[in-house]
Amino acid sequence: MDLRFRDAEPSDEERAAVDAVLGPPATGWEGGARSATDLRFAARAEPRRDLLLPALHAVNDRVGWISEGALDYVCRRLTVPPAEAYGVATFYSLFSLRPRPARVLHVCTDLACQAKGGRRLREQVEERLGPPGETWQESPCLGLCERAPAALALEAGPAPRAEVYAPADADAMARTPADAAPGSPSPNGSGPRLDVAGDAPAVAAVPQAGQDGLILLRRAGRADPASLDDYRATGGYTALRRAFELGPAGVIREVLESGLVGRGGAAFPTGRKWDAAARQPDHPHYLVCNADESEPGTFKDRVVMENDPYALVEAMTVAAYATGCARGYLYVRGEYPRAAARLAHAIATARARGLLGPDILGKGLSFDIELRRGAGAYICGEETAIFNSIEGHRGEPRSKPPFPVEKGLFGKPTVVNNVETLVNVLPILERGARAYAAAEPKLFCVSGAVERPGVYELTFGATLRELLELAGTTGTTRAVLLGGAAGAFVTDLDIPLTFEGTRNAGATLGSGVVLVIDDTVDLKQLLLRIAEFFRDESCGQCVPCRVGTVRQEEALHRLSRRVSHDDLVLLRDVGRTMRDASICGLGQTAWNAVESAIDRLGVYE
Amino acid sequence: MIPLQPPRRLIDVQIDDETVRVPEGATILDACRAAGKDVPTLCHGDTLTPKNACRVCVVEVEGARTLAPACSRKAEAGMKVGTETERARHSRKVVLELLGSSVDLSTTPRAAEWNEEYGADPARFGPDAATVEQPAKVDNDLYVRDYSKCILCYKCVDACGEQWQNTFAIGVAGRGFDATISTEFDAPLTDSACVYCGNCVEVCPTGALSFKTEFDMRAEGTWDESRQSETTTICSYCGVGCNLTLHVQDNKIVKVTSPHDNPVTKGNLCVKGRFGYGYV
Repeated sequence: MDLRFRDAEPSDEERAAVDAVLGPPATGWEGGARSATDLRFAARAEPRRDLLLPALHAVNDRVGWISEGALDYVCRRLTVPPAEAYGVATFYSLFSLRPRPARVLHVCTDLACQAKGGRRLREQVEERLGPPGETWQESPCLGLCERAPAALALEAGPAPRAEVYAPADADAMARTPADAAPGSPSPNGSGPRLDVAGDAPAVAAVPQAGQDGLILLRRAGRADPASLDDYRATGGYTALRRAFELGPAGVIREVLESGLVGRGGAAFPTGRKWDAAARQPDHPHYLVCNADESEPGTFKDRVVMENDPYALVEAMTVAAYATGCARGYLYVRGEYPRAAARLAHAIATARARGLLGPDILGKGLSFDIELRRGAGAYICGEETAIFNSIEGHRGEPRSKPPFPVEKGLFGKPTVVNNVETLVNVLPILERGARAYAAAEPKLFCVSGAVERPGVYELTFGATLRELLELAGTTGTTRAVLLGGAAGAFVTDLDIPLTFEGTRNAGATLGSGVVLVIDDTVDLKQLLLRIAEFFRDESCGQCVPCRVGTVRQEEALHRLSRRVSHDDLVLLRDVGRTMRDASICGLGQTAWNAVESAIDRLGVYE
Repeated sequence: MIPLQPPRRLIDVQIDDETVRVPEGATILDACRAAGKDVPTLCHGDTLTPKNACRVCVVEVEGARTLAPACSRKAEAGMKVGTETERARHSRKVVLELLGSSVDLSTTPRAAEWNEEYGADPARFGPDAATVEQPAKVDNDLYVRDYSKCILCYKCVDACGEQWQNTFAIGVAGRGFDATISTEFDAPLTDSACVYCGNCVEVCPTGALSFKTEFDMRAEGTWDESRQSETTTICSYCGVGCNLTLHVQDNKIVKVTSPHDNPVTKGNLCVKGRFGYGYV
């Protein structure tokens, strides 16, 4: 590719950050020192575009923003046109292409935090730090809903740091931490931050921790998430051994028989997905674990990854064995520094112990996992947008068909599963499909007006009322938002928490969000935030979503001032078009919550 | 010379109760056109693989949860397609309203006709509806980028990039409603990788990209396509033999294009063929 660059040079720091991920440049063509031999060979054109996001992360982590010189250098190294790399860098909200301070505070504005005084918190931060801009910015859901209101500080430097404030206190956040001693450097330039200050123990997000009878959360509070020995002592890697006994086809049969369906929101039968992928003649096959958990109010995957990272590593290994994948990508959202750090540690340890690599457990299985970090884009949790993001393109969803099992990551057959879906495979193999199906576990993210917010594990079939009794509601419950911003409000607490039960009630289980709204919450403000969320997170590819989410927000602003029949008709017209004609699930569901609030809660009457 | 294609199986598709036979691999749009249906399109171009981003061509496929973009979805044997169902017409109408209320469609061929046909009223979102209005970018002598007319159909990006030119001077930057077509760091075109082939202008469906001659004449009010004649000839610069269509108004060349069905150019030209007519 014949690329043209402008005359911007990277600083030494930026160059070092990029080289730490990509290695030193091999030739002058890639931005290294130019030598006479370079003129005798053409530029190397290896497809390395998928390293674009890690390289941009490296610069952003070191310097705090991406300058033109740094972007040009990354482009030279990876043979990516600068205009395209610019398009990629501007797609993600955690990157800045303008200078900004090394430390940036992200204050959550989303539903769970809003229900817990997030608005007041932002006003206090504004008093101390000025209007949102460079030093602090408003952020979509940080996945810390059980400790709302939440904030996250990301600090660039040779040893990048992250600090979690939850529940957040404006005074503490405004102070730059005095204990800013250099932490341990990241394992490589693209690696996640290892030290996450200020975070409560992960187990605090699991009110049921330590109880008997838990399946998915059984290790929370009982095993050290950093210790592979602890993991094995508590039954770890028995599922993989069982998988080796069953053989790939046997594993798929068990998963099919268990009736496991995807936990990311779409509820597609996992066994059928695996079976279809395993049958594809085209090779290689890829496995993608979707840990880009960004649905407002969802934090179950974070809690699983922080408390039981080896379970995910083992589950991915089982999935890869069953579907014939030699390589897995674990895509964690950029706002989850601790989950990313724990997973990086778990992957490295598993590799060192022969549980990942060319010959796993001496059974000849070759599989390895590459950890990738998102950079602030809800849409990258869409199952095809995640491929584009990993490949180094803008995280725009692709049209289906072709489906991922036919043409997915790098155009090859790909299995893409959510974190919770994958970890469910372990009990299926450990207990057998039938025993598993008899008491199928499901995780729920309970937040809002409850005494004990957190991730709860229930067996399918429990009602919403039973779940709320466990968590203990506070105040007068007015409604419950099921499924997050893309879900729906319900008022009937006796609906069974199953995929069919919620569907029959005109709602969705979605990603398991149970956000309890009491009568102190301003519903109009909440709906405005939902509309703003979708407008912010729309990738901009298709018209119904790109413009429709803007028109929806405008109409809600007008409605919150004055109720008009015309605006309600307009909302329905636009909503129906977004649902019918958008490319992906974001646009198709952007009107769900608003519609249910109008129809069931009578917000604008 | 027409290149030989391997024989393709024919499949039957039902378009609005009428059965049409199309070769396997054809899109629903091909089938609709074979059935004589006029399905509106914007991001679809005859020389490009569409991004199916505009969604004005949506049709209802029986059994599908959502509407399908006719321009991209492959026709399948036995498929039942409704092009004029209430659902499809509703989405087309609202898409036209969403576009019309945010983008200047004054130079988009057929936009007004479609608005009338589908009863679209872009003004219904009120006078305060957000738009992409911005000043036109005039940073070179050959063409103008007026992004207040841009519907983000990705055609220029695809024509500049891997589908035709392989120059990659422009990309889509930003996200959501703020997304724009941009060079790196929004640099002027003269600082970018642009080679001024004009192939992006050729595929632009709304007139957001236009030749400077056309832009200036439109500003003066002298642009009048009814007074223009088109003469197709062969470019004299090199031996490739590209067909050129000279658009002449008042005895002056005002625009150069190439026929999209020309086997040499497929509608594309280089800077010399496109702009090197000053000597005539």
